Amino acid sequence: MKKRLVSLLAMATMTATMFAACGSSDTASTETPATDGAATEATDSADDAAVELPEDTGKVLNIYGWNEEFKSRLTDHYAGYTEVDSTHGKIGDVDVVWNITPSTDNAYQNNLDEALLAQESAAADDKVDIFLVEADYALKYVDTDYAMALKDLGITDADLADQYKYTQDIVTDSNGNLKGSSWQACSAGFIYNREAAKEILGTDDPDEVQAAVADWSKYNETAAKVAEAGYKMCSVNDTYRVYSNNVSGKWVQDGKVVIDKNIEKWVDDSKELVDANAETTDDLWGDDWAKGKRPEGKIFGYFGPAWFFNFCLDADQDGTIANKGGWGYCVGPQSYYWGGTWICAATGTDNANLVKDIILTMTTDKAVLKDIAQKDADCVNSKTVLKELASDDSGNLDLLGGQNPYAQLAEGAEKVDLSNLSAYDQGCNEEFQKAMKNYFQGNATKDEALDMFKKAIVEKYPDVTAD
Amino acid sequence: MCPILKIKGAFMAKKSKVVRYNKWGYIFLIPFLVVFIIFQLIPLASTIYNSFFENYRSGLTQIGPNFVGIENYKTIITNGDLPLYFKNTMIMWILGFVPQIVLSLLLGAWFTDPSLRLKCQTFFKTVIYMPNLIMASAFAMLFFTLFADSGPINSLLIQIGVFKEAFQFMSHAGSVRGLVATMNCLMWFGNTTILLMAGMMGIDPSLFEAAQVDGATANQIFYKITLPLLRPILVFVMITSLIGGLQMFDVPQILTNGTGDPMRTSMTLIMYLNKHLFSKNFGLAGALSVYMFVITGILSLIVYKFTNSEKN
Amino acid sequence: MAEKKKQSGGGIHFRRLIAYIVLIIISFLCLFWFYVLFINATRSNSELSAGFTAIPSSHLVENWVNLKNGTLPIIRGMFNSLIIAFLTATLATYFSTMTAYAIHAYDFKGKKFIFTFILMIMMIPTQVTVLGFLQLIDKMKLDNSAIPLIVPAIASPAVFFYMKQYMDATLPLSLVEAARIDGSGEFRTFNQIVTPLMKPAIAVQAIFSFVGSWNNYFTPALVLHDDTKKTLPILIAQLRNADWLKFDMGQVYMMIAFSIFPVIIVYLILSKHIVGGVTLGGVKG
Repeated sequence: MKKRLVSLLAMATMTATMFAACGSSDTASTETPATDGAATEATDSADDAAVELPEDTGKVLNIYGWNEEFKSRLTDHYAGYTEVDSTHGKIGDVDVVWNITPSTDNAYQNNLDEALLAQESAAADDKVDIFLVEADYALKYVDTDYAMALKDLGITDADLADQYKYTQDIVTDSNGNLKGSSWQACSAGFIYNREAAKEILGTDDPDEVQAAVADWSKYNETAAKVAEAGYKMCSVNDTYRVYSNNVSGKWVQDGKVVIDKNIEKWVDDSKELVDANAETTDDLWGDDWAKGKRPEGKIFGYFGPAWFFNFCLDADQDGTIANKGGWGYCVGPQSYYWGGTWICAATGTDNANLVKDIILTMTTDKAVLKDIAQKDADCVNSKTVLKELASDDSGNLDLLGGQNPYAQLAEGAEKVDLSNLSAYDQGCNEEFQKAMKNYFQGNATKDEALDMFKKAIVEKYPDVTAD
Repeated sequence: MCPILKIKGAFMAKKSKVVRYNKWGYIFLIPFLVVFIIFQLIPLASTIYNSFFENYRSGLTQIGPNFVGIENYKTIITNGDLPLYFKNTMIMWILGFVPQIVLSLLLGAWFTDPSLRLKCQTFFKTVIYMPNLIMASAFAMLFFTLFADSGPINSLLIQIGVFKEAFQFMSHAGSVRGLVATMNCLMWFGNTTILLMAGMMGIDPSLFEAAQVDGATANQIFYKITLPLLRPILVFVMITSLIGGLQMFDVPQILTNGTGDPMRTSMTLIMYLNKHLFSKNFGLAGALSVYMFVITGILSLIVYKFTNSEKN
Repeated sequence: MAEKKKQSGGGIHFRRLIAYIVLIIISFLCLFWFYVLFINATRSNSELSAGFTAIPSSHLVENWVNLKNGTLPIIRGMFNSLIIAFLTATLATYFSTMTAYAIHAYDFKGKKFIFTFILMIMMIPTQVTVLGFLQLIDKMKLDNSAIPLIVPAIASPAVFFYMKQYMDATLPLSLVEAARIDGSGEFRTFNQIVTPLMKPAIAVQAIFSFVGSWNNYFTPALVLHDDTKKTLPILIAQLRNADWLKFDMGQVYMMIAFSIFPVIIVYLILSKHIVGGVTLGGVKG
């Protein structure tokens, strides 16, 4: 698996260089099968906006990120990017500098905060041009003037029409301005163990399993059967994102933390399932949680997106369920997403044209996106590309027993609704799960656990009150 | 009591002669003081200054600084968490320190006991400090793996019949505190032993020989010679360990993923302080720091007085 | 006591046996972790996620090659760590000895105050002042530089305290007097007579400072931003933060093993001075 990946990456680099010769941005714009009206509008407004953009004066393009993911995407898929060393590259005459800080202990955000706050007074070569954000804290940056609205870069709605709406919800500020763009659309669903499904539900067909977990009450009924058969459904932390993506209000309203009904439902459902031995309280990524990747772990399923089954189920390892093609994929009780990286342009960038081109190429160019989908196994942010992948056999996956999950992935991505995000989501979600674990494990009553959560939130966000 | 140290007395008698050299005392202090003032005193002063302000960041928006007097100090006292985290810290420190100091003294005594003539001493002495070479984060990672619900310790305990089903080490206050203490003890007992040994090696071996000739037992030698002569180093070990204990952070932080769970029974003072650093809450963190400073000062003073008074 | 004396012949053997048993158990507990790290460094990511085993696997070379050919400048990182840790240890021990000597050997106004003062400094946790510290180095334009990680070591109260205690126990002032009578200057006396006598204490604190600096993640992570300037613990954290495409615990363990290796060597070199039986018996006479 590892070797295969490496050679794939090598191939990707080669193809990218070959494309470079043809000039990928030209090809892409002629290929775009958008409706005529929109296309002309797009070109018009893009032209207008392009005039407004000042000429690039920056000699250095500073990109802030927490890992190497975007760097390798840019290296492989952006024509004209050449790598100099591990933290430097070149696009034409412009030096690209990668400022990568790990997100451990919040170091990435601390570092980025300082850089952005000093943006105005920073020397031209030190100004942040592009920074990357994750959905959980995107609004912290997007809902400020430090991130540029895409329309100010001359990127139009038409340019972005093929993206999934939820990926734009995440980076839309409180005034409705879109301020970031992603090449990924990580809609996620329920990945189930086919053997266990046959044993418990009498079928492993994705549609029929979907019917058994179509909403939370059916899911809970199924979980009871799963527990009877000596399995566990999954961890309460697996289902958390599904609930928390489908809330009816924001975490913080008028400066006060509010626990949504769907979140409360997660608490009550989970407690019942944990007490009935139908779900575990394992932390994600831990050894206990990972044991379900093997049949003897007796876990019915995981919740996860495409990257999850491609990279987290250990298909290359003898004895895993994935190795035998034993997983199936269905949408699950509610649609949700998990993961993804958003590209934001920093206000004050002196390379606006280059930043615009990078965002357009990496997140809207269908040729590039399809390339990313096939070479890097990202589930890309393009309705057209996902439809193409769903319709042919290239999307069939051995580890899913030959199932092509792209239809479900696309269906899920359409349904995700993230209009209720707040800038406090990262802290609230983390602290809520941590606090509730005490309740699930019997170390606290529900009220005590809720108090613990509120205490943690006030510590983390002194401007928020709780009761 | 310890005649060797009394040479110091001679120093007092020669006071007048020494005066002209004494300017060198100041000169030798310059590097320390200059560096200290720049890199510690200025940050510390700003910490204390900040404790009287409302001053934090919400996202990218800076709130304050607005002068609030002793409001931050009141907040910390009224929410009542401080005694709890202090208790946690002390419990985990004592759980780790007692075995650590006993083990260190025992090993020190064995290594310096001439009648025992232990073989492979160099090997043992070298090995005991080794756990400290591993980063706390890596160490905690390994502990995590070993004590996971489906980890090797649990399967072992189930196999030999101690437990019927996996014991969740991370969800019981006792076991989490115990693990933190074990890790701290394991990481630091070598350090302590080395400190004590360096002190013991400073003791004139002829003292031991003389005692042996007089028919003293190993116990007598240890209590009557080694221990008293070790007092300065022991005081150092006690105080630094106490301060290190009050500053306990990385092991419980990593082991509990920053939560101090279950129900914050393993949350230490610095972990609590660290929570305020998330929002760059200079105000509350500053006030908390001042409290910590006072607590540490009082405790260290007690230890210092206690160990010094024994001398007379 | 009397009973013990009677059976001292058998008692010695018994006590020796106990000592050996305890020492062997302790040695096992100390070395076990290195064994586990080594085992884990030989295993692939998916083998690691499958749980713990005590038998080495076959991916040692593969993990190393992946790590070395990865994007993180690990050799450079080791170089940075070595320089920072070495300078930190040198400055901390030399200047702390000097400061301790100032307090120990001289009598001047405010001496008691300074001694108490330094002890009070020791009580300030790093985390307490770190925010002010960062603001300060930003103003001094020392951000993203190794200097704020090295120079503050000159003022290490704990090292100073140890040196002071050690001097109290072992450094007779008559020696200093003797040097003065021989016409040795104060600075020379310190460098050529006092420092050599402090060797065991210096070796001990040098190791502690070196290891402390080598394993320090907290401050360097806040100060260093360029990959080429980062130290090993930051690179390890970065490796653990890798995106799912590149996440590989095998490499993480390999890197931990790689970063422990030099510090073991430094320790073994310095440990000779500690465990090799440097005694000050002669000095006392």
